[in-house]
Amino acid sequence: MTIIRPTRRRFLKGAGAVGAAAAFPAPFVNAQERVTLRYLSTAVNQSPGIAARASEELGIDIEYIAVTTDDVARRVITQPNSFDLVDSEYFALPNLVPSGNLMGMDARRIERADQIEPVITQGTVGGEPVGLQGTAPSEVFYLTGQYAQEFASEPTEWITLIPTTYNADTLGIRPDLIDKDITSWASLLDPDFAGKAAILNIPSIGIMDAAMAIEARGDITYGDKGNMTREEIDFTIERLIEAKRNGQFRAFWSNFNESVNLMASGEVVIQSMWSPAVTAVRTQGIPCVYQPLQEGYRAWASGFGLPRTLEGRKLDAAYEFINWFLSGWAGAHLSRQGYYPAILETAREYMEPYEWAYWYEGQPAEQDITAPGGDLMEGAGAVRDGGSYEQRMGAVACWNAVMDENQYMIRKWNEFIAA
Amino acid sequence: MSKALHTHEMRRPARRILSLSRRAARPRTGHAPASALWQAVPMALVFLTFFVVPLAVTVMVSFWEFTQYSIEPAFTFRNYMDVFDGCLSALPDLCTTLATYLSTLKFAFLVWLCTLLVGFTVAYFLAFHVRTLPVQVAFFLLCTIPFWTSVVIRMIAWIPLLGRNGLVNGALIEMGAIDEPLEWLLYSDFTVVLALTHLYVLFMVVPIFNSMMRIDRALVEAAVDSGARGWQVLTNVVVPLSRPGILIGSIFVITIVMGDFLTVGIMGGQQIASIGKSIQTQIQYLQFPIAAANAVVLLLGVLLAISLLLRLVDIRREL
Repeated sequence: MTIIRPTRRRFLKGAGAVGAAAAFPAPFVNAQERVTLRYLSTAVNQSPGIAARASEELGIDIEYIAVTTDDVARRVITQPNSFDLVDSEYFALPNLVPSGNLMGMDARRIERADQIEPVITQGTVGGEPVGLQGTAPSEVFYLTGQYAQEFASEPTEWITLIPTTYNADTLGIRPDLIDKDITSWASLLDPDFAGKAAILNIPSIGIMDAAMAIEARGDITYGDKGNMTREEIDFTIERLIEAKRNGQFRAFWSNFNESVNLMASGEVVIQSMWSPAVTAVRTQGIPCVYQPLQEGYRAWASGFGLPRTLEGRKLDAAYEFINWFLSGWAGAHLSRQGYYPAILETAREYMEPYEWAYWYEGQPAEQDITAPGGDLMEGAGAVRDGGSYEQRMGAVACWNAVMDENQYMIRKWNEFIAA
Repeated sequence: MSKALHTHEMRRPARRILSLSRRAARPRTGHAPASALWQAVPMALVFLTFFVVPLAVTVMVSFWEFTQYSIEPAFTFRNYMDVFDGCLSALPDLCTTLATYLSTLKFAFLVWLCTLLVGFTVAYFLAFHVRTLPVQVAFFLLCTIPFWTSVVIRMIAWIPLLGRNGLVNGALIEMGAIDEPLEWLLYSDFTVVLALTHLYVLFMVVPIFNSMMRIDRALVEAAVDSGARGWQVLTNVVVPLSRPGILIGSIFVITIVMGDFLTVGIMGGQQIASIGKSIQTQIQYLQFPIAAANAVVLLLGVLLAISLLLRLVDIRREL
C-alpha cells in the first residue's frame, strides 16, 4: 500500500480546490431545487411509469415508500412526518381521521373535484345506489373542517382522500380444475373444494369474504357485514373454525405473491383474490377467472391524503401532482392494469377506443390488449371478467371496513388461526 | 454462526489469553478498579440503549390502554387478561393463548430433536472422520451454502418440491407408490418441522463440532484400548464430553423456534398459529399494548426454558 504523505504542495492544492468550490457554488442550488414527494402506499399502487411521467411533465420527483396495507395506516398514525403524500384505503379513515395526523384536502385547489365518480362521492353508479355495507367511501369522503377529526354528512370543501384507484373484488377460480358452475360466494365453503380453497389472513378483509360466503349459504343475514356485532363475529368465527377443522382450507395468504403462487401451482382452485393477481396467473399461461357472483362484489377504494404538517412548496407540489394525476394519463395507465380511476372521462382521452371498449364497456377486445409495460394481457376477442364498469361497480355489495368491534374481531380471528 | 466458527478457529490462542487473564485476575478479590469499569462503559451503553431501554418500554406499554388509533399511559392488567382470555372458563378446552403456546412448544421440541440428531451426526462426521483441517473447513463451508440466500427463498424452495403437483408427489405417483398426491407434504406440521430443521440445523452443528474438537483424542484411544465398542465410546466418552455443545446448540434452536412466525406461517399455509404471528397481527392493527403484553409473556416463557437449560451447563466456562 502506498502511503500518501501530506506535503505542503498537496495541501495548498487541496485548499485551493475547496476555496474555489465555496466561492462559486453551482447556481441551481439556490435557484429552483426540484421537489421530491415521499409517496407512501402499498407496492401495488406504485407504478414506476407514473413516477417517471410526473417527473418529466411536472418536474416533481416521486419517491415511493412501499409498505403493506395495514402498515400504511400504522405509518400515518405513528410516523406522520415520514411521508409527504399518502395513498391509503378509505376504510382506514375511521382510524386515521381521529388521530388528527391528516388534513382535509382543499376542494377548491383540486381542479376536477366535481368530476370525481359518484360511486366514490355518493355511492351510486348510473344513478342507482350500490351496497354501502362496511366503510363506504361516500360515508367518509368529507370532513367538517380542514383539521377536523370527524366526518361531514353533507358535502363540504374539505375532502379526506382524492381517489387514486378502486375496484370490485370477488373470488378467483381455476376453471380447468373445477367442473361445475360457480355462481355464489357460498362456493368458498363448498365441501367439494375441501383442501382446495383459500382466504386472506388479513383479518379485516378475510372476515368480510367469509361473511359473504356464510350469508350466501343462508346461515345468517348480517345487519352490516362491515360492522358486525360481537354475536355476529362469534358466529362467523365459529363457522370458519368448523370449516377449518373439516379441512376446507389449503392455506391462508397474506400478500399478493402468495395468492398468485397458490393459484398458479394448483394448490388452490378457489380463493378470495385481487384483480392484478388474477392477471398475474393468466400471464403465466394458466387459466384463471375473476368470477362474478350473484351476491355481488366486495369493493375497495384508495386515495391521496396529505399529512397535517405538509406546507410550502411541498404542499403546492402535492396539489400539482394530484391535479396532474386526475388529468387522464395516470388514469389510463391504471385502467390498463384493471383498476378504475377517480375520473373516467379524462382517462378515456388517453386510451384507444378498443381499449376503452374492453376495459369499460364489457365489449370483446377488437385487438390484443397489452399491459402498460407492453406485455400481452388478453388476445383479441377476450371479454373482461364481470363485464362493464356499470355491471361491476354497480353490483358492489359491501366495502372493505374497519369495525367498531375491531379489537374483539382480531382476538377472535387469532383464535380461528390457532384452532 | 460465523461467530461460532470464528471462536473455533481462534480457540487455542483465545484460551491462552483467557487463562492468563484469569490467573492475573485471581489475586484481586475486592472491587474492580475504576479503569476497568470505564472500559466496560461503551458496551454497557450499547446494551442499555438497544436492549434495556426497549425492553423497559415494552413492559411499560403492556400496562397501557389503547384505542384503534392511540395508546394512553395507564396501569391496567386488561391487556394481560385479554391475552389469557377464556383460559379458565374454557377448560377443559384450551384457550387461544395456551393452545398457541402448546403448539409452539411442540414445534420447539420436534425441531430440537431433529436438529440434534442431524446436527450431532454431521458434527461427529466432521470432527472424527475428516482428518485434515483444510478438508474440515471445506466441509464446514459446504454446510453454510444454504445460508447464502435469504430465509424466505430457502422456505419457498420447498413448495415446488412438496406441493400437490410437486416433484415428490410426481415421482411417487409415477413409481406407482401412491394413487392420489399426498396432501400432508405441504402446509402441515410435517412441513413446518422439515423447514425449521433445514433452516436451523447449523446452529446445532457448530457448537457440537466445537465441543467435539476439544475432546482429547487420547481419551477415545484409551477407551478403545480398554475394550470399549464403538457404541460404548460414543455413549460414554463422546456424548458426555459434547454436552456443552449440545446444550448451547439447544439454546439457539429453542429460542429461535419459539419466536419464529415466518416459517410457521409460510410452511404451515398460515393455518398454524404461532405466538410471533399473533403479536404481528396485533401490531399491524395498532394494538401495541396487547402485543407488548404478549411479548412479555413470551419472553418469560423463553427465559424459563433457558434458565432450565443453563442449570445443566456453565456457559461461561464452556465458551
